[in-house]
Order: sequence, then C-alpha cells, then structure tokens
Amino acid sequence: MKLEKLMKERNADLINAWFTSLIETYPANTSAFLKNQKDPFANPVGNAFRQGFKVIIDQIVEGIDHQSAVSALDPIVRIRAVQGFLPSQAVSFVFSIKKIIRQIFSKEIRENHLEDELTTIEMRIDELSLIAFNIYMECREKVFQLKANEVRDRTFKALRRAGLVCDLEQVESDLTEHN
Amino acid sequence: MTDDLKPHELIANIQPRPPQTGWMNTPAVIRKGMFCYASNPKSVEILKLPNARGWNPLEEDWKLPKNWKEIVFEGLRQRLDRFRTFKLFMDICVRCGACADKCHFFIGTGDPKNMPVLRAELLRSVYRKDFTAAGKIFGTLAGARELTLDVLKEWWYYFFQCTECRRCSVFCPYGIDTAEITIMAREIFNLLGLNIDWIATPIANCYRTGNHLGIQPHAFKDMIDFFIDDIEEKIGIRVEPNINKKGADILFITPSGDVFADPGTYTAMGYLVLFHYLKEKYGLDVTWSTYASEGGNFGFFTSHETMKRLNAKMYAEAKRLGVKWILGGECGHMWRVIHQYMGTMNGPADFLEEPVSPITGTKFDNAKSTKMVHIAEFTADLIKHGKLDLDPSRNDNLIVTFHDSCNTSRGMGLLEEPRYVIKNVCKNFYEMPSNTIREQTFCCGSGSGLNAGENMDLRMIGGFPRANAVKYVHEKHGVNMLACICAIDRAVLPVSMDYWVPGVNVTGIHEMVANALNLPGQPKRTKNLRGEPLPGMEGDDE
Repeated sequence: MKLEKLMKERNADLINAWFTSLIETYPANTSAFLKNQKDPFANPVGNAFRQGFKVIIDQIVEGIDHQSAVSALDPIVRIRAVQGFLPSQAVSFVFSIKKIIRQIFSKEIRENHLEDELTTIEMRIDELSLIAFNIYMECREKVFQLKANEVRDRTFKALRRAGLVCDLEQVESDLTEHN
Repeated sequence: MTDDLKPHELIANIQPRPPQTGWMNTPAVIRKGMFCYASNPKSVEILKLPNARGWNPLEEDWKLPKNWKEIVFEGLRQRLDRFRTFKLFMDICVRCGACADKCHFFIGTGDPKNMPVLRAELLRSVYRKDFTAAGKIFGTLAGARELTLDVLKEWWYYFFQCTECRRCSVFCPYGIDTAEITIMAREIFNLLGLNIDWIATPIANCYRTGNHLGIQPHAFKDMIDFFIDDIEEKIGIRVEPNINKKGADILFITPSGDVFADPGTYTAMGYLVLFHYLKEKYGLDVTWSTYASEGGNFGFFTSHETMKRLNAKMYAEAKRLGVKWILGGECGHMWRVIHQYMGTMNGPADFLEEPVSPITGTKFDNAKSTKMVHIAEFTADLIKHGKLDLDPSRNDNLIVTFHDSCNTSRGMGLLEEPRYVIKNVCKNFYEMPSNTIREQTFCCGSGSGLNAGENMDLRMIGGFPRANAVKYVHEKHGVNMLACICAIDRAVLPVSMDYWVPGVNVTGIHEMVANALNLPGQPKRTKNLRGEPLPGMEGDDE
C-alpha cells in the first residue's frame, strides 16, 4: 500500500509531530523539559511517550498486534491516568495521530486517491483508542483497588495481629475472592 | 478533575491546552487524588495547636481565623528572625533553574508549580512584597505579590506536594534547601490550623502513647509476642527479647510502622532474630521499649516544637532504663531528626556513653554527640569483623536492588553500609542507574507525611521516577526485590510497585540478614521469615 510506504519513509516526522502534539497538553515550561531532556531516568515521562510512539506508529502502518499494542500503549496511558486528566483527555493523544497523518500526507492522499488506504489506517487508530481506553480503566481501577487494599490491610491485619477478631482469615479470603 | 461537565464543555476539554497566563495569574485548582484530608480537630486540640476546627480543602470557606493574614505575616517574621537559613534561602535564589527538573513531583505531574524553584517562589513572592524594599516599591516587577486567600490555598496545595526529600538541594549551586522552605510553610499552616490529618492524628497518638499508631504498651508487647511465635514457627528458634529492661546495654528504637504493617513486620522480626543471636553468642543485652515505641517523628512535618515534644521520649527512656547508648532501626526521616536536630534539641545526652560496639570495639564517632547509632552501620561493622555467621544462599531466590532513602542518604550520608550488608547476605545485587541512587536518589513519592490513601494519584505519579528506575533493573537483570532502610518506604513502595512494576517486592535489609543468619542450635531451616520455602526447599513440607 502506498500510504503505508509513505508513512514508513517519514516515520521520524510522524513520531516527532505526535510527540509534540502530546507534550503541548502540558504547560510550556514542562513541554520544553519533556522534549529536551533525553536521559530516560531524568525524564521518564518524555521517554515513555517517545518509546511508546515508536512502536505504535509501526503498528498503525503494519497492522495491530494486540499484545504489542497493549505493551506500547500501557506506559503512556499509565502515566496519563494519574496526572489528573479527564478520561477523554488522558487517551485523546491516540486520536491526534489521525490529524497528523492527514496534515503530513494531505497532498499525496489527494493526488493519488489514497482515501481507502487512509480509512484502513484510521480504523487501526480507532482500535488503538479502544485499547487505550481499556488500559486507562484498568489503571483507574488499580488506583482505587490500592486505596481499598491499604484500608483493609491497616484495619483487618492490625486487628487480627492484636488478637481482637476471630475467623478473620476466612473473612479475608472471602474478600480476596470477591476482588 | 472536574465533575459534571456538559457535552459541549466536554468536547472543548478533550484537547486540553494549558493556561497561557503567567504563574502568578494562574490560581491553583485543588484536585481530588492530589491532596490529603484536613486534620481532625480533636487531634489538633490534643496537641494544643491553634485554630482547631473542621474544614474541607474543596470548599470555598476554609473557616480561617479573621486575622489570618496577620498570623501569616507574624509567623513569617518570627521565622525569618529565628532561622538564618530561611532568611538566606529567601534572599539568595537567582532562579537559575538548576533544581527545576530535579523534583519527582515535577517530573511526574508536569505541573510547573512543582518545580522546586517555583514552589519556593510561591512563598518568596509574598516575602518580597512585605519584607523587601524592592518588592514594596516595584511590586510584580520585582517578583512580588500580595498575599490573598488564593495564594494561601496555592501554598497549601503545593507545600503538601513536596516530600522534603531534598533532591533539589543537591543540584542547587547555592545549596538552598527547599525542604526547609516547605518546613517553614507547613509551620505557618499549623498556626492557622491547616494541617493534614495523616500528620495531625499520628502526632496526637504519638504524644499520648509514644507511637504514631497509638499502640498502648500492652498491645505493643502483644505484637512482640506475636512475632516471637511467628519466628519460632518459621525458623524453629524461640527468641526472648527484653522489653523495658533496666540496665540493658543498649536501647533499641524503631518506627512503629514496622511492628504493624507488612512487609515491615518481617524487618522487625529480623531485628529480633539478630538481637537473639548477639545475646546467645556475645551476651549483648538489647532492650525494646513500649514507651519509646516510635522512631519516626511526624512532628518534624508540623513544627520544630512538635518535633521536639515527640522526640524527647528517646533520651528520657534511655535515662530511665540506664542503658549505655541507643541503637536505631531502619527508618528515614527518623534519622534526619536524630542526626540533624536531636543532640541540641533534647540533649546533651551526657548521661549516655559515646557509642562503642561491645562486640567489635568499633567507636561510632559520628554518633558521639547524639549517642544513637543506625542499625545498618552497626550490622555492617559486625559483618566486617566476621562476627555474624551468614549463609547468603538462603536469599538465592532474591535478585535485589537498593533504594536509598532520602533522609539517610542526603540527610546523613549513609550510602555504603546498607550496600555492604546486602552484598554479604545475598548474592544477587544490581544497582539502579547512577542518577537515581545515592545522593541523587528519587523519593518514594509518599514521604513527609504524604503516605495517606486519599492522595493516591499524587503518590503514584510522584513515585514514578523511582519506579521507572526499578523497572529498568527488573527488565534488565530480573530484579524481584527492592531493599530499603525506611519504614515509610516499606509501607508505600509495595503499592507503587503494584502499579508500576508488578513482580517486585519490598524488604528491609534486616529481614535478609535474619534469613541468612545461622543461629546457635537451629533446626534445619526450611522457610524464610515470610513463611516461604527457602531456595531448594520448595518441595519440603516441613
């Protein structure tokens, strides 16, 4: 497919444009830091975005392998899920690659009638967005589960150790099963 | 996050663009998941701290005293006079930005007001306006601004998004300690009754029972008894610790968190096993105390006076029991209080001896003033002199990395001793990248009293830089155990690992010491302190 070939050729441009559109959702000082600090341990957020995008672009071009897509999207969504964004904001970056592809290849798409190919590409992006939504929900559920576990551990375990309740192990295993 | 958006508002918000206004003109939005609940007024009353009342950070009216501005200015003035460092830190910052991207909360949240320079500037701008000539005359041109209710709320939100870890200060060319600015800001909040409950209630407990959890002496003893049974069940040796023993050689004080919460409990059991060994082999007499039953000191996150009140029990109990010196457990901020403040704050402890290990003869010169030795140093010295009979193969199932706790690494320079201990009790050890350990260690994200449940989003994103480095060694070397020497780390890092790096557990170093230690008269060891089969014993039901 022609569009896929074009996208492969301009892979770096796509990643850069996508990265830029994502870091623009942060204040100016922050986006400069996310962009310029290349050390993956000094700038783990920017690094996670860049590394993830490299894999995801390949998925968009070559077709979605569910497991690989989850592995690539997870570090990005996991960060966005605890940065205080609305759910829609947290995963909106997936959709922004549609606009970027249309902008970068507008001439080629028009002149070579690549609309059908574009539709295929965009359907892959839609699939990615649904995967991102799943990950987002999993992360939020995890945060609430962690909160609940802390409360449970603090009270139940302390009471059990202090010998103030009986049959607690049964209660705990029931709770674990229900989780 | 904003609730109850209309559809058109939602669409407008899907592609967020951050505010384009300058920081002074961008008021803070207090978001759920990022702040801790307000203090329970009863706890504030117990401590006789001012302006106890119920209030809610999400409500418009914080029920402040009418003269709150006056209280803030007077509080600032007193602290500028009293603390030379604070005055200096207010004046000398040139806003070079070296600290800006070094804070785990900035790196994680991406919120510029979490840049240490800007967080300090939130307070410094008000200082300029009212305490400097340039600020009074030139106002905003000189970086000065009026103190308003929005400014106060902004202070509260962001100074409770600083864990006082001091990573930023490592990079400051002037050595400005932003943690001290946070400490001062929190003191001022306490003048207004604006503490958080995760700090206020533990200190109220500690003031009455000696520990943050409010464990009374009999319950504390019950916990130790529970550990004794547990240790016997797992390793076949019944330890006989001393509690409140007058005339013991050494008083041992450790954070109460380790007595009640996993995996700290295994560290506490580790201490009991080590002391049993030292008693059997060398006749060393160590005692626990049910009164000095807390090493941690959340008073440190409240005010200097509160810190002093909670710390006083350490020397008082050492005097009552007539010990020679004090040994302290694996804790973080406890050691900053001891190392930096205790000697002059509640000392001099001239009734204690300068600490010397009765087993090796090593003189702990660094503890000459405080008379209190960190157990990592004590154990490292025992190992160095060949005084512990160790079988590290019992920890062969562990691939370990070490998280330097902020306060022990940056606050007292304890870098090599814990590593020396770890390398002698287990064979598989890998360091995290150099810009994430030792003096440059990343905070767990939940220190300085921010390890509550309601601020879980903040804890997770603040803990991300640390977790990211753990993830790296987990993927590269198969690391499955994160060792640390801090009770708050042991409480919060398992949660952080669960979110960011599943498959990595957390341990204190004395849990590993106890598992490796060969005890006199021990039966065949088949389980570790967690009750898990030892390597090679997986099929053994014994």
